Amino acid sequence: MHYLTIKNNQSVPVSDIPEVSYSAFLVLNTGMVAESPGRHCVNYYGYREGEKIKLICCIAGDPDHVIFVSSCLVDITMELASFTVKNLCFEKFEREIHENFGIQYTDHPWLKPVRYPQDRFDKKQTIANYPFYAIDSEELHEVGVGPIHAGVIEPGHFRFICNGEQILHLEIQLGYQHRGIEKLFLEKKQLNQLATLSENIAGDTSVGHSVAFAHAWESLCGFEPSRDIDFARTVALEVERIAIHAGDLSAVCTDIAYQLGSSVFGRLRTPIVNFMQEWCGNRLSKGLIRPGQNKIPFTQALAKRLSEVLDTFEPDFTEMNKELFNMPSALSRFERTGVVSVEDASAIGAVGMTARGSGVTRDIRLSHPHSLYPELQHEPIVKRHGDVYSRVAIRRKEVFQSMNYLRSLIANVPEVPEPLPLKALKTPGAGLFTISLVEGWRGEICHCAITGSEGELKHYKIKDPSFHNWMALALSVRNNEISDFPICNKSFNLSYSGHDL
Amino acid sequence: MLSVILIVIAAIFFTGIIIRTKSLASGRKGPGILQPIRDVIRLFRKGVVYSETTSFVFQIAPTIYFSSVIMAMLVVPFGQSRGVLSFNGDFIFFAYVLALGKFFSIIAAMDTGSSFEGMGASREALYSMFAEPAFFILMGSLALLSGHTSFHEIFAALHIGSQISYALAALATFVLLMIAMIESSRMPIDDPKTHLELTMIHEVMILDNSGFDLGLIFTAGYLKFAIYGALIVNLFIGVIPFQYAIPSFFAIQFLMAVSIGLIESFMARFRMSHNPQFIVALTSVSLLIFFGVLLILQKFM
Repeated sequence: MHYLTIKNNQSVPVSDIPEVSYSAFLVLNTGMVAESPGRHCVNYYGYREGEKIKLICCIAGDPDHVIFVSSCLVDITMELASFTVKNLCFEKFEREIHENFGIQYTDHPWLKPVRYPQDRFDKKQTIANYPFYAIDSEELHEVGVGPIHAGVIEPGHFRFICNGEQILHLEIQLGYQHRGIEKLFLEKKQLNQLATLSENIAGDTSVGHSVAFAHAWESLCGFEPSRDIDFARTVALEVERIAIHAGDLSAVCTDIAYQLGSSVFGRLRTPIVNFMQEWCGNRLSKGLIRPGQNKIPFTQALAKRLSEVLDTFEPDFTEMNKELFNMPSALSRFERTGVVSVEDASAIGAVGMTARGSGVTRDIRLSHPHSLYPELQHEPIVKRHGDVYSRVAIRRKEVFQSMNYLRSLIANVPEVPEPLPLKALKTPGAGLFTISLVEGWRGEICHCAITGSEGELKHYKIKDPSFHNWMALALSVRNNEISDFPICNKSFNLSYSGHDL
Repeated sequence: MLSVILIVIAAIFFTGIIIRTKSLASGRKGPGILQPIRDVIRLFRKGVVYSETTSFVFQIAPTIYFSSVIMAMLVVPFGQSRGVLSFNGDFIFFAYVLALGKFFSIIAAMDTGSSFEGMGASREALYSMFAEPAFFILMGSLALLSGHTSFHEIFAALHIGSQISYALAALATFVLLMIAMIESSRMPIDDPKTHLELTMIHEVMILDNSGFDLGLIFTAGYLKFAIYGALIVNLFIGVIPFQYAIPSFFAIQFLMAVSIGLIESFMARFRMSHNPQFIVALTSVSLLIFFGVLLILQKFM
């Protein structure tokens, strides 16, 4: 056995992870992904171990609900053969390792900067001199969009190569939002600071990321969350999903200039986020999830309120969806626009709605269930066409699914035990490795933590679903009209800050 | 002269009514009817910023665009009252003086060197080109039917026709309304509300314009709409007396604004590649009018 098999949210001593030679490491991991479509790489990263770099690769085996972890120690000076040549899903991970540590790959096809961290190996690579792919041609033209955009969105640069109105190639340059979150995780010592930090990894996924952090931390501390804690987290995750999906539907309608949909879905999002305000005092659920405690318990009164909110939400939402999905002018914009094929989606390791829209069943709630998801018997909603329509239709169905989950959950609100004193949460164990997978509304969130000899965080690694899905966006717009780019982009709704960290 | 006064009054309210309709349709109160005019007045008080990459073309284009619309307005008659200018073939003058203005706004957009504006310019040029045959086949048919070649005489002669000429007028209304939507960059061809440069047509061409120049472009846009509205009104009023004609002018303009507002509220914009199909289809409606005219004149033997 050259790898360790663990479960989601399981802590193991770092020393238990088998260390293999790089060539065996390469064969092992690329082989594992290649042999089964149910396996994909959830995280592959490196950290400094003395003078050397330790690489850790986590492959999730979805059908067996397990994660295979293996590691390898490499020298910075070594030139390595790349995983990417065998499996494209490793492409961005290897770029990141190259950027951080200067490890050279002999055959990586696309060794470009990812996010320009402060302590990157090659300081000469700056955001201003990104090596864009270019075509030398009289007929083709380039269109650059951003990093400052017309709407109130995050910064990122998009470079199109077009033949008239048709997009041939899109290259996305990110890194403008880099804040050094992973480094801050090591610098901040108080748990509250860390929890707040995790809420701000991506502002639209505060529940998703803070749950992932809480699970990782609790696992390191050997804390088993009680039922009421798991309950609150599950409810918060599903409420967040409804709110963001409704907002996305509104944004999609805005982009096709369908005013009614835009304003009705926008209005429908409000009562949902306002419910979070009632629950925890913040519409984006900040301050709600804290490791080791049920900070703001979900009470019977809140359950009643939520069921009222859902009862008024559902008829309007159903009616508006009926309008939207029966309107020829809207359907003609959605259908066959921005197609990501099944092959592409699985090759690049797409996750979340993006993967499910292209017929790839990838959902942590099913494959590595946490909190109360094992009880909910989650069935992922999958569409096969991979176009804008599929991704929009998934949102509609997931909202209904989440409403059902919420209704069945709040029918049985668990008693909140006397709040456990915070001391119940011990300090993390020494020399542990843990992985925490959470299905946020956008897709799979992966946090990996490693503790040092004192139980302090030695390395913290975050992978937002956007990390892989940006590539899906770049592929989806090929051969589409450039005027359809905004609607493709909105159908993915990816995070810049989640990618840039 | 009467037509100029009426068109200016209609233009003041037209865009405000569209915006108000859209606001009400989406359950909001919306800005006052005169807000677009207030915006324009604010812009007129402002200075202009020119990009360093632009040349004199960019500076003169808004003025030429504005004056071309004014010139076009002068030839539009109102029922019995002639336009300020009226001569044989003035409808050709009308179309090409507008085209001149458009030509300048297109080269001004190219002048900025922005890739967005170049895209917008190419779209605008393509769509106007497709819309042109529809307008000329329509006006040509009406000229053939009435035996005259100036707006005033064509419209004056039109009302005395049989019932079928009113059917033709209804088709002509459709064509003119659609041309007005295309020329003024409204839905479903273009989305005037969008903030996304990549999907814009007209708005993206004027991204670099500011202050006074932008005010001129906006004003010209408002006038253009009212001018097309006036042409539609002319199809119906013929020589009926002014006390009926003037209220019906405003009623038709109001209806047109409301219907544009409703269209924009309850449908999505076309996919860009469907636009040419849609615009070329207008030409076939014009051809239908042409065959109608041939039938009336009994040219088929």
